[in-house]
Amino acid sequence: MRSRIDARRFRSISRRELLKLTPVLALGAFAVPKLQERLLKAGLGFSDWASARLFRPGHLAPTFADSDLTPFDKFPINGYDVEDPEVDLDKWTLTVSGAVQKPGEYSLAQIKTLSGLTQNTRHVCVEGWDVIGRFEGVRLSDFLKMIGADPNARFIAVECADDYYESLDMATALHPQTLLCYGMYGQPLTRKHGAPLRLTIPTKIGYKQAKYLTDLKVSHVLEKAGYWEDQGYSQFYGL
Amino acid sequence: MATRAIEVEDPKTGELTEAVYEHPLVIRLCHWVNAVALFVLVGSGLQIFRAFPSFGSKIPENDLIDWPKALALGGWLGGALQWHLTFMWIYIATGALYVGYQIFSGNYRQILFGPRDLSGVWPMVRHYFFFGPKPPSKEAYNPLQKHAYTSAIALGVLSVLTGLAIWKPVQFSWLAWLMGGFHLARLWHFLIMWAMLAFVFGHLVMVVLHGWNNFVSMLIGWKKDPEYPSS
Repeated sequence: MRSRIDARRFRSISRRELLKLTPVLALGAFAVPKLQERLLKAGLGFSDWASARLFRPGHLAPTFADSDLTPFDKFPINGYDVEDPEVDLDKWTLTVSGAVQKPGEYSLAQIKTLSGLTQNTRHVCVEGWDVIGRFEGVRLSDFLKMIGADPNARFIAVECADDYYESLDMATALHPQTLLCYGMYGQPLTRKHGAPLRLTIPTKIGYKQAKYLTDLKVSHVLEKAGYWEDQGYSQFYGL
Repeated sequence: MATRAIEVEDPKTGELTEAVYEHPLVIRLCHWVNAVALFVLVGSGLQIFRAFPSFGSKIPENDLIDWPKALALGGWLGGALQWHLTFMWIYIATGALYVGYQIFSGNYRQILFGPRDLSGVWPMVRHYFFFGPKPPSKEAYNPLQKHAYTSAIALGVLSVLTGLAIWKPVQFSWLAWLMGGFHLARLWHFLIMWAMLAFVFGHLVMVVLHGWNNFVSMLIGWKKDPEYPSS
């Protein structure tokens, strides 16, 4: 025998059940302009936190056969400002500072004394396109040893000839595929691709892979996350 | 599964109406939060797509389609990514809670499409689309409804997996590999969105056709005057 209630009682049950859905209204906070910005920043921060946890220092990005390469002339050139900041390649040095034993100016020849390597890896742009490129360079981890970087430091910050700036977490900086890149497709880096030195990081999104490097700083605290990060992009954006 | 049923008595006429408790609170909460999250993810996803509206190569770039900006959410790529990377967690959390609760409570039996439902598909299709007679309802959900809800859950899982392959093509390189690489994962993610929208469209049409009591049941849990025998 099923229970019988009168319509008034059913209405009161209905009302109570409906009220139990009020937590859904909490989503309305996203419609309040003042809260919206903070909530989205928190959401992005949580995603970055999760990204850092998901990053595995020993896990390599896929590498590809030469036949999979995107032709060099189809490798897109993205600059935030100018395509060629007119670096004086003859006088160029990388200025190293921060938590390092040997700060100062490093020439390309000095950097190239480290053992070089070539890798065919995928370059993914935040816009959604991707290409497979051939990159030549030295491991950033080797260079950090060369300059005597403090192993307890947490960030690498770089500045560029076009006033772009970026930063890297130490775990990614030490990843074996993270390169100080001076060549692409067997040729020295062209001006538009960031001559004479750029970052190649197959475990990061494109905008973290800064071109035309001029300064590299090892630090314990992050002063500036990066140009696009300051516009609202993810700080970690690991792939 | 046994559904809780009661009889509601009209104090004036003494008329009795049956009511069954069809949607537990967890399911209702997940349904509405997930619906909002899906709406936000589609809007921000369209804005993200606008940054490179193609599935080909960047050079030369052949744009597929450009959305009216009014349909997109976030204003620009960075803003849209903030919405997307925030609401994906809400979408995943409510989706996981929904599926977990369905399994835990045994409630899934009323919506899971199985081999037993196969024979009932054609009569339902005939009824819905070709003016055939209405097959008798034995359960809360008919075979076609079960098929739709089971597919929607599968699409939800696939949308998360393809999204993960796009967001983390290195850490989940096996997932991206399964999908034919990062490049194709982006296409699958896009197509799954359309399949999901097709479900939502059909779902809304059916809600309208099935009437007020049916809609209210997702708000209060109780469905008055169900079209099926409750026990």
